[in-house]
Amino acid sequence: MATNIAESAAGGAPAGAAPAATDQLLVEDRIWLLRAMLLMRGLEERAMSLYRQGKVPGSFYDGYGQEAVSAGPAFAMGPHDRLCILHRDLAAHLIRGVTPATILAQYLGKDTGITRGRDGNVHFGDRRLGCVGMVSMLPDMMLVATGMAMAFKLRGERRCALTWFGDGSTSRGDFHEAMNWAGVQKLPVVFVLENNQYAYSTPLEKQFAVDPVERAAAYGFVGVTVDGNDAEAMFDASRAARERALAGDGPTLIEAVTMRMHGHAAHDDMKYVPKEQVEEWRQRDPIDRQETRLREVGVDVDALRAAVAAEIDAATEEALAARMPDPASVLNGVFCEGEAEPLGDGVPRWSGFGAADGES
Amino acid sequence: MAMLTYLQAISSALRDELRSDDRVLMMGEDIGVFGGAFKVTDGFIEEFGPDRVMDTPLAESAIIGTAIGAAVVGMRPVCEMQFSDFISCGFDQLVNVAGKMHYRQGLAVPITVRLPSGGGFSGGPFHSQNPEAWFMQSPGIKVVAPSTAEDAKGLLHAAIHDPNPVCFMEHKHLYRRIKGEVPDGVFETPFTARIARPGSDLVVITYGAMVHVALEATEALDGAAIEVLDLRSLVPLDEQAILDSVARCSKVVIVDEANSTCAAGAQVAALIAERAFEDLDGPVVRVATPDVPIPFSPPLEQAVLPSVDRVREACRELLAY
Repeated sequence: MATNIAESAAGGAPAGAAPAATDQLLVEDRIWLLRAMLLMRGLEERAMSLYRQGKVPGSFYDGYGQEAVSAGPAFAMGPHDRLCILHRDLAAHLIRGVTPATILAQYLGKDTGITRGRDGNVHFGDRRLGCVGMVSMLPDMMLVATGMAMAFKLRGERRCALTWFGDGSTSRGDFHEAMNWAGVQKLPVVFVLENNQYAYSTPLEKQFAVDPVERAAAYGFVGVTVDGNDAEAMFDASRAARERALAGDGPTLIEAVTMRMHGHAAHDDMKYVPKEQVEEWRQRDPIDRQETRLREVGVDVDALRAAVAAEIDAATEEALAARMPDPASVLNGVFCEGEAEPLGDGVPRWSGFGAADGES
Repeated sequence: MAMLTYLQAISSALRDELRSDDRVLMMGEDIGVFGGAFKVTDGFIEEFGPDRVMDTPLAESAIIGTAIGAAVVGMRPVCEMQFSDFISCGFDQLVNVAGKMHYRQGLAVPITVRLPSGGGFSGGPFHSQNPEAWFMQSPGIKVVAPSTAEDAKGLLHAAIHDPNPVCFMEHKHLYRRIKGEVPDGVFETPFTARIARPGSDLVVITYGAMVHVALEATEALDGAAIEVLDLRSLVPLDEQAILDSVARCSKVVIVDEANSTCAAGAQVAALIAERAFEDLDGPVVRVATPDVPIPFSPPLEQAVLPSVDRVREACRELLAY
């Protein structure tokens, strides 16, 4: 089943060719998508090496090979939209406005990380940028995103909520509860299912009997399958889903077909994955594809790569120099004392956002 | 002031909140058109409409989870679990998403979860539980449990105004049995203990429906001056009020309707052992429901729930110590 889904999503495009997936993106937008993916890959590689040096505590997870799954949808979201981001979606944080140094500080358990050392690695969301951090119980955030969308609809606001979750998540009850609730109330929410072929070591055929994108119809809304290794296609599907949401036409399930190219976490050697499968997906690398596109239109990709590398070096220096949290503060913050601080807004990236877009 | 039942006091608080704060909405199963399984929200949908008195799908995890989402974007959801027992289906969202949110990322989750709890009327194993200790063990969640009509209203207002997740344990057996004078309008009862009856020979420390059992059991008990301390709030726990009562009375009986092991009263006993040992003139005595599911048949249920007789007997024995 895994192979079938992958083939249909790849659309039979010959290797090497990289036509634009949408006419909605200016060159500057397409560069931003590449930049976000390069930053994500570079930061994760850097964090992995810090992990191997013993500087990143705990465990380490990355999204190598599936950078487009987070870059495209995040790029399609307006500043007033709200996001619940999953653990292999670092590009979404970057697009939203989190700085590389803050992300590395988060991995390092520093006081300057988003959670100030309260939670590890990718378990974060910057509330100042309109993001709510994930928990490890998946897909709990589907319900949180659904609730945010419910509030938007109740208040008559033109905005949406978006969340990511994996193929394994589709087996849990919260998937059903969120899909059903969002369908019943016709809510402005976008569900991005990152189908990366494995939930830890469990392959798709042990997870579900029917491709979950087909379930969307059963809940009364649109489900689409998209090549999850194409940032522009992911952007465009998310843009269309957002338009549906803002028009009052309800939720969308986007199944992003991709491949987890690394183990579940750093300790996982992926011996349960056939080598040919990894090799096949390596040919569809989302960064290679976007680079090819941009080279074809004359963008200096090498200069971009150099700039990203320099940014990561500077961020590493800053994060390593940052202070660790004070153990005396460990009991602080369990409860909110005084007024609750609201979620802030993200940075609008897409050139297509006009003044009215995402207004609340 | 008005004379209200415990249930009417809860309804009154909810109605006042809906009238005074646009951010407040009710979410739950059968709370709208039907008015709630216990009729707490009877007539609400006519006044406030189906958006603010929302009949939800039968999905407790979704009720809590979507309430969290609505709360972090500025709403003040009040969720009704039809019976507190069903919070087990929404437990993950409450303890992992809501309870840990502020500590992890500084994001407040102002939700109130109403939990009709307690036994005494043959509800059986799934309609009689007192799950408050589940949440006491889970950081980031406040837990309150009123015993009077006035406190039911005042604590509910305070819970809805609180920027944190609050479990509001409303005891089903008190709904229509307990009446009292309740101030009009919006007022807050602090999350602190209350001396239900002052005394000096022995203190019974309890909360919820057991406050009434304790008061009845110790009224004119062999001429002793018995204090009853109504905790009202379990998280935060009013440690100073407990220690003051122990210092004053020197003998302590702790009553829980919940199953005994690791109940709220066990925490109170631990606190006294740690910080008031020198004030004691006898062993701390606990009366609680043994660790069994709450049985259905009346003689079985009455055999496990703390009764007036059991509490009276425990007090008598301790007074004689």
